[in-house]
Amino acid sequence: MSLRRTTATARRVLEQLRHDPRTIALMLVMPCVLITLLKWTFDASPHEFQAIGAALLGIFPFIIMFLVTSVSMLRERTSGTLERLLTMPLAKGDLLGGYALAFGAVALVQALLVSALTIGPLGLSVAGPAWAVVLVAVLDALLGTALGLFTSAFARTEFQAVQFLPAFVLPQLLLCGLFTPRDQMQTALHWVSDVMPLSYAVDAMDKITSRSAVTGALIADLAIIAGAGVLALALGAVTLRRRTE
Amino acid sequence: MMNYAVEVRDLRVVRGGQVVLPSLSAQVEAGSVTGLLGPSGCGKTTLLRSVVGVQRVAGGEVRVLGAPAGSAVLRDRIGYVTQAPSVYGDLSVIENLRYFAAVIGAPPDDPERVVAAVGLAGKEAARADRLSGGQRARVSLAAALLGTPKVLVLDEPTVGLDPVLRAELWALFHRLATAEDPVTFLISSHVMDEASRCTRLLLMRQGRILAADTPRGLLASTGARDVEDAFLRLVGAAS
Repeated sequence: MSLRRTTATARRVLEQLRHDPRTIALMLVMPCVLITLLKWTFDASPHEFQAIGAALLGIFPFIIMFLVTSVSMLRERTSGTLERLLTMPLAKGDLLGGYALAFGAVALVQALLVSALTIGPLGLSVAGPAWAVVLVAVLDALLGTALGLFTSAFARTEFQAVQFLPAFVLPQLLLCGLFTPRDQMQTALHWVSDVMPLSYAVDAMDKITSRSAVTGALIADLAIIAGAGVLALALGAVTLRRRTE
Repeated sequence: MMNYAVEVRDLRVVRGGQVVLPSLSAQVEAGSVTGLLGPSGCGKTTLLRSVVGVQRVAGGEVRVLGAPAGSAVLRDRIGYVTQAPSVYGDLSVIENLRYFAAVIGAPPDDPERVVAAVGLAGKEAARADRLSGGQRARVSLAAALLGTPKVLVLDEPTVGLDPVLRAELWALFHRLATAEDPVTFLISSHVMDEASRCTRLLLMRQGRILAADTPRGLLASTGARDVEDAFLRLVGAAS
């Protein structure tokens, strides 16, 4: 891997985004609109917003980055640019690292905006430090990016890539503790939710909103999210083959 | 002994259960402009992909500049231009080339040089997907010229180009091939009349090499008027 090639790749991905202002607007504005809408729907029961608002701060970046990354990577494959890059002296890690760096930067801006809006004007009360909320959101975004890079290898068309959202993301959404607390689920489902990385994102957000101290349990959650992201990136690297049929 | 930039021995490629190249052997002389001519679907692209090292092969050996095709030492010495232009449509011409230059490690002023070489000066700021097909193909070609490639593998690079520009590109290929540090060209085409622009020819049909010769030698050995006629005579002789 080389730092020059990784940063050149990140810059190129950001340049592509810059040429597509509508996508940037969607990535930055849409989560703000959605969280505001959520606040409004729970107007009569603010404690409900308190319970799920923080979890959604972690889930939105995950979903958005998953979608954006899997489609970008698929375009890289279908346009022939991936094949061209793999004939060049570019390590697979340079390419995946470049994507992670670029989308991580966008995720940081997104997380800062949404967190500021939610903790500020929308009045979500957070006992722990606000930076921890942003950190979890960025880690979730990176996890979404890594999973998107990995799953895009199994899609031949944009149609399939978009269908991977319900296939890979919705089960995690159902089991992550957003709808039912995880410890009240059937044992089998609880086990499944234990191996899904999004569960730890929701757990981490719960801990930050309810406790003022940064505990070892919170750090363990963060490590699991980051570890799952690294694992997905490594699996993504395996799917990049220089020789194809 | 002849100095070969590319050596293919008993290459066998099977794609989706179909044998595309049963057992192909061919050589490309260093510093030559070798034309790989044959009808569409005869396996030209598969052979080029094998030379570049992106094709999964079932047997045989492909060596480029003495190293096995696809090995890491070749990655900044071989340039490959696919038939469909492989550039980022949502980036400008110069942004595309700057990125590829950074990946190869080419000097910072190299993008400007290759833009001029393919006749796209003045189009640097245009988005690649707003260019015509021929212009986009030239951006793709420009990317392969970045740095100091020793072997350029070009898949139908002149399709759809205006004759003036086509002549300019062939002149550029010959200039690079006869430079002090010569570049070897392997160029595929299904247009037989491009044969006269090559110094060497490989005629291909149904996954096999029919003939490997200079254009003049090919006409002499077959007694044909032109390469198209030579192709027909070779097919007739083989069947």
